[in-house]
Formats: sequence, structure tokens, C-alpha cells
Amino acid sequence: MRYYTTLSALAVLFLFPLLWSGWSSFDGGLENYAEMARFGEGVGTYLTNSVLVSVMTVTGTLIVSALGGYAFARFDFPGKNLLFLVTLAILMVPYATILIPLYVLLGYIGLQNSLVGLSLVFVMFQLPFALFMMRNAFEAIPRELEEAALVDGCGTFRAFVRILLQAVRPALITVGLFAFLASWNDFFAPLILLNDGESFTLPVAVVSMTQRTFGAIDYGMLQAGVMVMAVPCLILFIVLQRHYVRGFMSGALRG
Amino acid sequence: MTVITKRDGQAVRATRPAPPSWWRSRGAQGWLYAAPTALIVGVLFLAPLVLIGWMSLNRWPLLGQARFNAPDNYAKIADNPLFLDAVYFTLKYTVITTILLSAVALGLALLVQERRPGIGFFRTAFFLPGAVGFASAALLFYGMLNNDFGPIDPILQALGIIDEPVKWTGTPNMALFSTITLVLWRFAGFNMLILLTGLQAIPLEVYEAARSDGANRWQIFTRITLPLLRPTIALMLILSITGSLLAFDQFFIFTNGGPDNSTVSMVMVIYRDAFTRFDLGGAAALSVVLLLALVALNVLQMRVLRRSN
Repeated sequence: MRYYTTLSALAVLFLFPLLWSGWSSFDGGLENYAEMARFGEGVGTYLTNSVLVSVMTVTGTLIVSALGGYAFARFDFPGKNLLFLVTLAILMVPYATILIPLYVLLGYIGLQNSLVGLSLVFVMFQLPFALFMMRNAFEAIPRELEEAALVDGCGTFRAFVRILLQAVRPALITVGLFAFLASWNDFFAPLILLNDGESFTLPVAVVSMTQRTFGAIDYGMLQAGVMVMAVPCLILFIVLQRHYVRGFMSGALRG
Repeated sequence: MTVITKRDGQAVRATRPAPPSWWRSRGAQGWLYAAPTALIVGVLFLAPLVLIGWMSLNRWPLLGQARFNAPDNYAKIADNPLFLDAVYFTLKYTVITTILLSAVALGLALLVQERRPGIGFFRTAFFLPGAVGFASAALLFYGMLNNDFGPIDPILQALGIIDEPVKWTGTPNMALFSTITLVLWRFAGFNMLILLTGLQAIPLEVYEAARSDGANRWQIFTRITLPLLRPTIALMLILSITGSLLAFDQFFIFTNGGPDNSTVSMVMVIYRDAFTRFDLGGAAALSVVLLLALVALNVLQMRVLRRSN
């Protein structure tokens, strides 16, 4: 019994901040949410930006890593090992240190202050984990499955789209989930790469609520912002918990 | 690089009318599938790596013309007291955070390692803060520890633990304490999950054998669990150390570097140099130093990890 008392007390400590944030965001009904909807360019703009960036990041990561994972699992090509090692080396280079050259570089190719540019940067940071996952998933598929399709007259691309992608669905879900959580929640990259209020994503916009130079900070509105950011993640995590934990165990670790 | 090889592949196919050699065409196809990866890695990873080296050798204002000035940006680092203070502060923060986080995560993992009724709920409860973005977590604590609005002061007062509201981010020590509490809340469950995967890899027979040899709980923990968990613990330490050395969100959002620049981390100095002092070259030089230090640390850690495996 003492065991469950300890666990319950700890669970209260861990859950309390989330419950408090939810509760205080509804303090005064929906007023805080209405207030937030009017903040800055309007929460609709920031929410749209965040959703766009996440959708582009998830789609981009899935396409690039599925194609790449297939290449690394099933083909031999010159430079294969080098490319794989260089991709994994992204993990070794601190994220924060290459955002400044990325900012300059995106300026050169006309993608500064652009949601597309930000999404591409997110795809790059997701790539080591995603490619690793997808390569392992394709390697686990029996070659007979692919050969049967090829014998039936499919080109490799048709076999890839029609048959292999179905077979690696669990890995696709895991990679997509991680890409979503990372792009939806990241603060530093959009802070640096976006410099126009209209293109801010939710985290940057909500943090800017705390840095108003005039007037008091509206804490209720702030917690409403926290809820808008957190609830989609909590729901996704609870629904896809199994995939998250599995991805985690296959080396899904980026602190 | 990509484009040329792609062209090579097509050229090979075009100039050989006979049935193309299997591996040659497979090779070309492989490159086609890998081309998006190569493009992303080349443009968004390798190019910035080269660029940051070049930027660090130039006077590079946010707006305007860059001018070669090596090695001024590097020489300036030694005269930058804010950065030197930040190095000390970041190291201190890293040591404290890593020790506390590991201890709490290990405690939680040991508590929930056995399958018992309802344990899934508790595991999820401890992990749930990890599903929330770090920026959200920092904003949440920003509100929760606020003296006028937050619930923590009234709760602690009602429990008789404190007499009057505490300045949670008002003094250097309290700001550090509050930030570490935030980080523990957000990451303890995440680290617990890493340790759980390690704990579950230990075969039950090992425990049974020890128990039948008359080992008590403490002996089992220190002689069996800890040694067999070493690779997992090493992994957790690496993640915690690397993550803490790069700390930014918590100090930018939660303490804003204050009070009196007492919680300015290394990455925060880089950010300020670049975007409030508009000195991208200086920021690039600091980044290069940090990057080399972290790569060296990573290599070292991997050696240690491999040896302990």
C-alpha cells in the first residue's frame, strides 16, 4: 500500500502543472482563449503557420526518408556508406550551432523568413533518426515480397509504392510522430529563421506574449496558449504511445 | 554531387544499348532514391558547416558587406567576459542537472519497473510532461511560479513551508533552482523510459540466482542492477550532458538570462551576439568553438560507451 501511495503522490507532482495550466486557461470561461485569438496577428495565423510547418515537415521527412531508407536497404551504389555516415553525423553537430549559417544560407536561396525553409531545416534535423528507422524497416522485409512484385512486371518504383510502403507502415507512423512533435514544439529554429510576426509559429508567438513592453502580462491568456500548443501533443502521444516507445528503443534519441 | 552522379547513371544507361549490367543500373537507381537525402544533407548540413567556418573568419554584420578579418573573431572570445561567465554557468548547470536528473529518473524507473496492476498509468503520468514541448513547459512554469498569479506560493504557504511568496527567478540561486525543477519535471519521465528499456533487458534469472544466494535488496541493486545497467546509464548521461551544454529555451523563456545575466548559457551568448549585437561573425566563431568542443566530447563519450558495452 505504501508503494501505491508513493506512486500516487509522485503522479500528482507530475500531473499537477498540466492540470493547473488547463484549469487556469479556463478561468473565466473562454475569455482567455478569446483574448488569445486576438493577440498579435491573431492566433489563427500562428496556428495555421504551425500546422503548415508540421504538415510540410512530416510529409517531407516521410518522403525523403522512405526513398532514402529503401535505397540504403536494397541498393548498392557508389558513395553509399559515406552518405549514410554523413547523414548520421548530423547527430554529432549541435543543432544550435548551425542555425546561424542556416539563417544566412536560407537568405542566399530565397527561403529566409519562409515556412518552407523552416520545414526543410526540420526535415534535415529529423533525417538521421528517420533514415535509420526506415532503412531498418526495409531491411526487415523479406526480399521475396519485392521479387514477387518485380516478376509480376512492376518497376521497382511501383513495387516500392504499392507493396513496400504498406509493409513499413509502423515505421512510417513512428517517423511521422517524431517529426510532428519536433516541428510543432521547436522554439529555437523558428525564433532564428522567422523574423516577421506574420510568419511566427505558435511557440514563438506565445513566448512573445511574455515580452510585451507595455501593459501587464496576461497569465490566463498565456496558459491558454500553452494549452493550444500542448493538447495536440498529449493526444497524439497517448494515442500513439506504443509507436513512440518503440521508436525510442531503436535509438530515437535526440535530447 | 548528387546531380552529377544522377547524370552519370542516366548516361550509362543511354550509351549502353545492350542489357545494362545489373549492378550498374541498380547503382543508378539506388542513387535516384537516395538523391533527396543527399540533396538535403549537402545543402542544409554540409554547406552550413563550411559556411560557419568561413563566417567565423569574417567581420559579418547582420546587414551589409562581409569583410575578411581573421583571426579577430577568435581573438575576441578571450575578451568576452559574458561568454566566459556563460561557460562557467553552463558547466555548473550541466553538472547539477545531470546528477539530479539521473537520480530522479533512476528512482522512478526502479519504482515502475515491475509489471503490477495500474503501473501503465503511472508510467504514462511520469512521462506525460515529456510529450509537451519544452517551450510550452517553460511558459507553464513561468505562469505557475509567478508571485501574483501562480498557485505555488499559496500552496506552499498553506502547507506552512514558506511564510511569504518566494522570488522564484529573482536571485541567481533561486533562478537556477527553479530552472532545474522545470527541467526535472519535463525530462525525468523521458530518462526513466531510457532506463526502463535497460532494466527490462536484464534477465530475470540473474535476479533469481542472486536471491537464492541470499543477496539482499541493496546488494542486488549495487552488484547486479547497476553494473548491468551501465551502458544504459552511460547513454542517459550522454544525452543529459549534451542537452544541458546546449541549454537555451529554459533560460531564454523562463529566466530571460536574469537576474543580472546570472543565467546566461553559452548558446544564449551566441544568440545575443548574432541577433541583438548583429555580429554574426563573432557568433560564428563562438559556435565553431562550441561545435568542436561538443564533437570532441561526443567522440570521447562514444569510446567510453563502446568500452562499457
